[in-house]
Amino acid sequence: MIAYIANTLPFLWEGLLVTLAVSGLVVAISLATGVLSGVGLVYGPWWVRLPIRIYSDILRGTPLLVLIFLIIYGLPLLGIDFGNYGSAVIALAAFKTAHVAEIARGAIQSIHYGQTDAGKAIGLTFPQRLQYVILPQAVRRFLPPWINAVADAVKGSALVSLAGIVDLTLAVQQVIGRTYDPLPMYLLGAAMYFIINYSLSQTSRRLEARFAYIRE
Amino acid sequence: MSQSLVQIRGVKKSFGTTRVLDGVDLDVAKGEVVCVIGPSGSGKTTLLRCINLLETYDDGSIKVDSVEVGYEDGSGSRKRRSERALAPIRADIGMVFQLFNLFPHLSALENVTLGLTKVRGISKAEAKDRATHWLTRVGLADKLQSLPSQLSGGQQQRVGIARAVAMGPKVLLLDEITSALDPELVGEVLSVVQGLAKDGMTMIVVTHEMTFARDVGSRIVFMDDGRVQIDGPSREVLANAASHERLKSFLARIEMKH
Repeated sequence: MIAYIANTLPFLWEGLLVTLAVSGLVVAISLATGVLSGVGLVYGPWWVRLPIRIYSDILRGTPLLVLIFLIIYGLPLLGIDFGNYGSAVIALAAFKTAHVAEIARGAIQSIHYGQTDAGKAIGLTFPQRLQYVILPQAVRRFLPPWINAVADAVKGSALVSLAGIVDLTLAVQQVIGRTYDPLPMYLLGAAMYFIINYSLSQTSRRLEARFAYIRE
Repeated sequence: MSQSLVQIRGVKKSFGTTRVLDGVDLDVAKGEVVCVIGPSGSGKTTLLRCINLLETYDDGSIKVDSVEVGYEDGSGSRKRRSERALAPIRADIGMVFQLFNLFPHLSALENVTLGLTKVRGISKAEAKDRATHWLTRVGLADKLQSLPSQLSGGQQQRVGIARAVAMGPKVLLLDEITSALDPELVGEVLSVVQGLAKDGMTMIVVTHEMTFARDVGSRIVFMDDGRVQIDGPSREVLANAASHERLKSFLARIEMKH
């Protein structure tokens, strides 16, 4: 049994790398687009806020699987085709952007307006106030829910297996297809997801402790 | 008469349908300490916040050192200054807040150096020297590395004063800076302000501390209903309070609180 599991490990490892690559891309893209959207939601004029608000509400109300299929199978009908891998990453990142935008919005809005007043009073410009006053404080409120969102992105990446991308989930299923012994392989796959997400939650705790010194 | 450092003419401001400032005129000369008093809702804090444009004003003019604060100079239609254009003007107008508004993620020293390095463009070493000088001056030489959460209210407010003064402002706005303090901490903050007054710092002080207004203020401005009702030398205004019904009842209410 152990030998048979050991034999599957290189194959599962390949799948795990795909899962990590997809998750990493989704997290990086959605962090940039989400934080920008969150800043836009708080400080933007109405013509910036309105499209972000509509985008965020629609995306958060759409099942992720529907979104993935829409981009993989729907867009090519309009002549736009990113390929399965590209489409899956775009779908996951688009979905996650909406969530990150809301997390960033909440974190920024939780900072007392007196901080903005004080920044203005010493002559800081808007980008300086964001960089030196608001975001360093908002990051403390942003990190815990964001790391939850990262863990969700890792778990959500399993859906790319439905698009034929051999990530950890599909690798597990392919092994089972040959061995007809699902339980140990599913347990092994679950353990691998758990290890990733458990280390993320530990990171979250460490970061919370790291920023605990900021007390209003 | 010499040009006022701060010149306010016919300033009006409404929040929705509520008129908060209803044609305020005020002149503050260089080196003067003008204490603004008045009941809650009389427009004192709003007036102060209009001077560095933390609030916009709807009508009238506010000039600091001959520069119109809220609107671009020049004839023709009034155009609001952009945030970017406002920043250097605000840097010359110091403000100390009722709730301190220190940056909680920065040490006392960093609270003071932030504006010096990022706004004034001073080198880090020089900014540190200047910040240390002012923090020492307000009695916090041993608290340079402390975070605001590690300081008492009085100490936090003194950092707030150092942060504002270190920028070298032309005028300092103080908004009820002792109202959020325990009574035993009020003295330490007011004595710092008194020291600044002696140095010739121009200040507009919104306060409920009548002793301070009498002893340190050059003038008292009594506001009510969004207008300046009385404006005169501090001792004179307080001595003649009995002849002004609204001021008399305001002072009586303050007296009862203390």
